[in-house]
Amino acid sequence: MHIIDRRLNPGGKSLANRQRFLRRAKALVRSAVRSDSKDRNIKDIDQGGQIAIPLGGVREPRLRRADRGGTREYVLPGNKEYLEGDEISKSNVGRGRGSEGSPDGDGEDDFRFALSADEYVDLFLEDLELPELDKRRVSDTQSPAWRKAGFSVSGSPANLALTRTLRNSLARRVALRRPNRDEIRDLEEEIAALEREGGDRVRLMELQERLARARQIIRRIPYIDPLDLRYRQFQPYPKPVAQAVMFCLMDVSGSMSEHMKDLAKRFFALLYIFLKRRYRHVDIVFIRHTHEASEVDEETFFYSTATGGTVVSTAFREMARIVADRYPPADWNIYAAQASDGDNTSTDNETTAALLKHTILPLCQYFAYLEVAPAEPQAGFVRHQSDLWRTYEMLRGEEASFAMRRVRQRSDIYPVFRELFQRRTGAEGAASW
Amino acid sequence: MVMVSEKPKLLFDRADWDFATIQRIYDAVEDVALRELGLNTYPNQIEIITAEQMLDAYASIGMPLFYKHWSFGKHFAQHEAVYRKGLRALAYEIVINSTPCISYIMEENTATMQALVIAHAAFGHNHFFKNNYLFKIWTDAEGILPYLEFAKNYIAACEERYGQDAVERLLDAAHALRSHGVHRYPRRKGPDLASEERRERERLVEAERTYNDLWRTVPGRKSVSRAAADEERRKALLELPQENILYFLERNAPRLQPWQREVLRIVRLTAQYFYPQSQTKVMNEGCATYCHYRIMQRLYERGQINEGAFLEFLRSHTNVVYQPDFDDPHYAGLNPYALGFAMMQDIERICTEPTDEDRDWFPDIAGSGDPMAALREIWADYRDESFIAQYLSPRLIRQWRLFHVIDREEEWYLKVDAIHNERGYRRIRRALARQHDIGWIDPDIQVVDVDLTGDRRLVLHHNVLNQILLDEDEVRPVLQHLADLWGYDVLLKEVEADGSVLKEHAASPQKTFS
Repeated sequence: MHIIDRRLNPGGKSLANRQRFLRRAKALVRSAVRSDSKDRNIKDIDQGGQIAIPLGGVREPRLRRADRGGTREYVLPGNKEYLEGDEISKSNVGRGRGSEGSPDGDGEDDFRFALSADEYVDLFLEDLELPELDKRRVSDTQSPAWRKAGFSVSGSPANLALTRTLRNSLARRVALRRPNRDEIRDLEEEIAALEREGGDRVRLMELQERLARARQIIRRIPYIDPLDLRYRQFQPYPKPVAQAVMFCLMDVSGSMSEHMKDLAKRFFALLYIFLKRRYRHVDIVFIRHTHEASEVDEETFFYSTATGGTVVSTAFREMARIVADRYPPADWNIYAAQASDGDNTSTDNETTAALLKHTILPLCQYFAYLEVAPAEPQAGFVRHQSDLWRTYEMLRGEEASFAMRRVRQRSDIYPVFRELFQRRTGAEGAASW
Repeated sequence: MVMVSEKPKLLFDRADWDFATIQRIYDAVEDVALRELGLNTYPNQIEIITAEQMLDAYASIGMPLFYKHWSFGKHFAQHEAVYRKGLRALAYEIVINSTPCISYIMEENTATMQALVIAHAAFGHNHFFKNNYLFKIWTDAEGILPYLEFAKNYIAACEERYGQDAVERLLDAAHALRSHGVHRYPRRKGPDLASEERRERERLVEAERTYNDLWRTVPGRKSVSRAAADEERRKALLELPQENILYFLERNAPRLQPWQREVLRIVRLTAQYFYPQSQTKVMNEGCATYCHYRIMQRLYERGQINEGAFLEFLRSHTNVVYQPDFDDPHYAGLNPYALGFAMMQDIERICTEPTDEDRDWFPDIAGSGDPMAALREIWADYRDESFIAQYLSPRLIRQWRLFHVIDREEEWYLKVDAIHNERGYRRIRRALARQHDIGWIDPDIQVVDVDLTGDRRLVLHHNVLNQILLDEDEVRPVLQHLADLWGYDVLLKEVEADGSVLKEHAASPQKTFS
């Protein structure tokens, strides 16, 4: 008998089969991911998880008998009351008889399985036809770095700090009056000369004694003592964690329809994933506004309605306040995306423009304005320019970190998103990022 | 034999185990299994795997290596989803009918469970694989792993050469017909799996060696003689009627390439390998369960496992052989473990403490005093259907309170045909046996005619039993696959025993293989 430990064998033996399965069911999985992502919170979008696809697409048909019809016989355990010849009405058999028909559970309508986070995001992004985002740089990397942290008395030989060690050694030798090589050589020469010439014997003896003592000292006091050793020391230090905060600003006044909110949500979700792939930590702040602005949670942001006029500048004030409060621009990369149908109280336009230009844009890495329009274009072929659009138009091109787009349909979102982020690499370079 | 019976010693006293523990358990189990129960097994190989590897193994029908196909990925995803949700625990073991007999056991199992699993799989199933006549006829324990290796490499090579899509489409079609790709009755000698690869190579070499382009241009006269052949002769040449559809296609489909025929052959041979398992579920599991029960009981009696371990064993054993009543919400058909185990225990009782009734019903084994000899014989010579038809005792029918119900489509009621009384025993037994007869479970579909020189339409018959037709939703895609493989029209008739046609399905090729 052999016992074989297979636990250390590489797992994922069926990975190839799984990939084939996903490829096979790609269209189905993709649409499942698409509809699933609509119901998810933004932050959960890159979590992977259960999805369900219609069973029909990945069915494995085989020849088998139908579940109903014909004459069937059953042998069942646990008879309690029946006698031979009894007739049991079919209508009250119900579930009790068990399901003989589909032994392997093939009867279900949906095929459920789990996608890993990577598979999910890949499918999600593929759905969006995003450009090769990885090529884009965002300034900070987050690898932990090592830096010199002085010297220590212990360490690995490879880190021996030679100069420092020798300096210590020299100081000690000087302090302890250890004779150096030159002094010994001088003594030896003088002794040799005296012996050759047969000079002053007292002097000779004195010199010999000094030489002997010097040699003794050298023996006693090492050139390099363990005491002298110094090692370079390194410490890991956390490079400032690249973190980002994303502000979602949205007009929630009555004129924003569900459709518009859905468009906005998808845009925010994209931006979130995009940032998430580059920053270790991404905060999201939701600010909704009517004629006044407030910070809310995601649920409220997308799903609760509020009534009131539309004063965009309130949202900017709120955002500036939150930034000052919690997100010092020195430590945080700040992104903002604003979604609106373009309405604004006409008296507010000037304030808004000024706020945006002088307060918000200097804070932000990037500010995207997304104007969501109803799915059906309005009648008339003169393109209607909204208040906000006209207001922002003035900033366009002036500020490098500002972009604005209009979307009408869900399918517009991805191209617009792509365009927004592509353009910036080309035109403005990396400077402002 | 390491264990000396006069000096009982606990094999383990805690739940955790190491390889020395496994070895000790194995030796003790082997001692009981071989010396006391007289089992005869293939050499064992026990492999310890993780839960994830167990899922992997599930996905490839339990085999350690298999060719690649998306459907296995689908099954993996399915099992994984269920497992991760915690709806279902994984099997404790998977055992493979090969020499050496490979048992996978999971690292999560406690020492007691490992003992149970070793007794169950490495001795119970192993003995059954080695001795049952169906496995002897249909499977080749020596050759299966090398053959699967060949199959895997061959299909990978085909993918390399003809593209993944072409191979995948072919496998889809072949898998759809897999359940009708087995020979149900022994033909000439079983396929020699070990030499498959060599023969395939030789065939190719021979084909290349004798290739001469001139033959293509020589006008043939064969067609004239073929046309003259009468229908009888034609059918005899094509071995019709033929129930093994994949075999028929492999031999006769006009437009398939050699490699496509070989792929059909691979699918058909692997289906054939699993064919005995589907006919011996009750016996196979019953045998393994009975063995583990006897062995664990002996280990406890010999003082080799303590009360705690024995209780743990009993708990999981009772879970395995649990049979809810028909009106219980948990009821999902008869549990083959429970039925097999109960019948085998019953046989043990008949051998040792027979009643007068038993002597009437089972004169040849009642009171023989040697249940193991009787059981060993039964395990060797029966399959589920014949086993139940012969050995389901009246006492067990009473104990389980089995009853037989007939459901006729045109009636508004279910009729109770038989219950556990003198009049009902034989009827219940016959009905239950038939419920386990593969010829009764799988629809009987045969290729009956094709005119190769005419329009080449392939005609199949489904011999309808009890007016149960085929599942329409399933027939259509399968028939489409069949038409694509065949390359010409296909007609499937559902025929009653009296010859009347109840329903016809037809399909024309849309995307042929060529």
